[in-house]
Amino acid sequence: MTTTITAKWRTGLLYAGVVAVVAYCLAPFYWMLVSSLRRTSDIFDTSLFPAPVSFENYRAVFDPAQGFTRALLNSLVVAGITTALALLLATFTAYAMARLEFRYKRLILTLIIATSMFPVVSIVVPLLKLFTDIGWINTYQAMIVPSMSFALPLAVWNLTTFFRQMPDELEHAAMVDGCTRGQAFRKVIIPLAAPGIVTTAIITFIAAWNEFLIALSMTNKPGMQTAPVAISKFTGATTYETPFGSQMAAGVLVTIPLVVMVLLFQRRIVAGLTAGAAK
Amino acid sequence: MAKTEIPPEAVIDDDRTRPRSTPVKRARRARRQSGATAGSGRMAALLVSPTLLVLSIVVLYPTLMALNESLYGPKGLDPKTGFISPTEPFVGLKNYADIFGAAADRFWNAFWNTTFFAVVTVGLETVIGVAMALIMHKAFRGRALVRAGILVPWAVPTAISGLLWRWIFNSDGIANALIGHQVLWTTEGFHAKVAVIVAEVWKTAPFIGLLVLAGLQVIPKEVYEAARIDGSGALRQFWHITLPLVKPALLVAMLFRCMDALRMFDLPYILIGAQKNSVETLSMLAQNEASNVRFGPASAYAVLLFLYVFLVALAFVRLLGADLVGDGDGRPKNGRRWRMPLARRTEVTA
Repeated sequence: MTTTITAKWRTGLLYAGVVAVVAYCLAPFYWMLVSSLRRTSDIFDTSLFPAPVSFENYRAVFDPAQGFTRALLNSLVVAGITTALALLLATFTAYAMARLEFRYKRLILTLIIATSMFPVVSIVVPLLKLFTDIGWINTYQAMIVPSMSFALPLAVWNLTTFFRQMPDELEHAAMVDGCTRGQAFRKVIIPLAAPGIVTTAIITFIAAWNEFLIALSMTNKPGMQTAPVAISKFTGATTYETPFGSQMAAGVLVTIPLVVMVLLFQRRIVAGLTAGAAK
Repeated sequence: MAKTEIPPEAVIDDDRTRPRSTPVKRARRARRQSGATAGSGRMAALLVSPTLLVLSIVVLYPTLMALNESLYGPKGLDPKTGFISPTEPFVGLKNYADIFGAAADRFWNAFWNTTFFAVVTVGLETVIGVAMALIMHKAFRGRALVRAGILVPWAVPTAISGLLWRWIFNSDGIANALIGHQVLWTTEGFHAKVAVIVAEVWKTAPFIGLLVLAGLQVIPKEVYEAARIDGSGALRQFWHITLPLVKPALLVAMLFRCMDALRMFDLPYILIGAQKNSVETLSMLAQNEASNVRFGPASAYAVLLFLYVFLVALAFVRLLGADLVGDGDGRPKNGRRWRMPLARRTEVTA
C-alpha cells in the first residue's frame, strides 16, 4: 500500500519535473512570440496572451526602410554557401578519418576539432585588416571564408561519427563486385550516409545562420548585413526608442525556420549532436 | 595459461569508461589495420588535404598574422612629409606592455569578466543540465516532445536571444513584473552580469542536458540492479554509479561550453551593449579595438585570449582527462592511458 503511494508520488514529481524543464526552455521563446503579436500601444502589457492580436510589428519589419528582406537573403546566401562548402570538403575528410588507416590520424582529427573551439575574434581581427586592404569588406566571401573556421570542423566531426557507424562490409562487398574504392564511396557509401549528411547539413547551417561576430565586423553597409546583425540595429520611430515589437517579430521570423527544422529532424539532430559525446 | 597473447588493438581499444568491444569488432579492426597500405595513406592524404588547406588559410594564417600584427603600432604622421605614413611602425612588444601597463585596468576587468562568466555559467549549466538529463532519462512518455523543447533555446540565434532577454529585462519588462520591483538590469552594475548569466544559462543548459542524457542512455541497466540488490540508495547510486559513468560525456560537454563561454561576445554585446565595464569580455575588447582600426592592440588582445583559451583547453584535457576525439580505433593519447588498461587486462587473464 505504502509503496504504491510513493510510486504515485514519484511519477507525479517526475511529470512536474518534465513540465518545469519544458516551461523553462520554452517560456522566453513564448514571450518573444507573444510580444511580437502585440500592438505598439500595449507592448508593455504583461498579460500572457496578446489581446487584441495584431500583426502590426510584422508589417513594420517588412517596411522597405528596414531592409529586412535583403538581410534574410544575405543570411541565406552566407549560411547556405558556408554549409555547402563545409559539407563538400568534410565528406572527403570524414571518410578518410572513418575508413582509412594513416599516420597522425588522431592528431589531425584532434587539431581539426580544436580549431572549432578557438576564439573567433582572434581570427576576425587579422582577417578584418586583410579584407580591408584587399577591399573585401561588405562582400559575401568576407563572411563565408571566416565562417569556414567553425563550420568545417563541425561538419568533419559529425560526419566522421556517422561514417564510423556504417559497417565496413558494405563497401568491401562493393569492391569485391568490382568497384574501385572511389566508386564504392560514390555509389554505396554516399547514398547510405545521406541521412547523416542531411543531419550534418542542418547542424552546420544552424551554426552558420546564428553567426554574429563575423557578420558584424565584416560589414558596415546595411544592405550587406545578415539578419541577426540587421535586427540588432533596428531603429525605432524616434531616436531613443528601442523598437522591441519589431525586434521580437523579426526575431521570431529568423528563429522559426530553425525551430521547424529542429521539430522535424529532432531525433536526427539529437543523434548528431550527441554522437561524439556519448562514446 | 598465464600471460596469453593479447592482440595489441584489443588492449589499446579497451578503455575503463567503455564496455569492451566484441570479438567481431576487434577482428574487423585488426583486418582493417592489416589492410592499411601505402595506397590508403596516399588516398587519405588526398582526401584530408583540402580540409587542412582551408583550415590553414582561415585559422592558422590569421593566427600567425595576429601574432605579427600585434607587434605593430598605428599609422602615425610621418615627421618628414607631414602626411599619414603608409606603413605601420614596428613597436615590438609595446602593445603588450600597454595592455599590462596603461590599459591594464580595462584588460584585467575584461579578463575577470570573461573568467567569471565562464566559471559561473558553466557551473550553473552543468548543475541544471544534469538535473534536466536525469528527469528526461526517467520520463518515458513525451520524451520526444521534451527533447524537441530543449532544442529550441539551442536553435534560437544567440544574437536574437540577446534581444529577447533585453526585452525581458527591460525596465518595464516581464522580469521586473514577476519579481515585483524595479531593477535596471541592462545598466552598468552587478545586475547586468546577472542578466547575462541568466540568458546564457537558459540558452545552453539544455545542450549540456542533451549530451548528459546521451551519456546516461548508454549505462547498462544491470549496474543499477546490482547496486539496488546491494542496498544502496538513490543518492549513493547517483554519486557512485551515474556520475562516474557519465563523466566522459559530461567532461566533453563542459569543455565545449567552457571554450564557448571564454569567447562570449554576442550576448553581452547585444543585451547590455559595447564598452560596458561590468560585462565587457576579452572578445568584446578585441573587437572594439579592431573596429576602431587599432589593429595592433586588437591583435595583442586576440593573441592573449587565444593563449588563455588554449591553456584552459589544455588543463581540461590534462587534468580532467576529457577525451575530445572519443573514437574507437584511435591510438592512445599518452602513455598513462594505454598502460593502465594493459596492466588490468593482464591481471584478468592471468
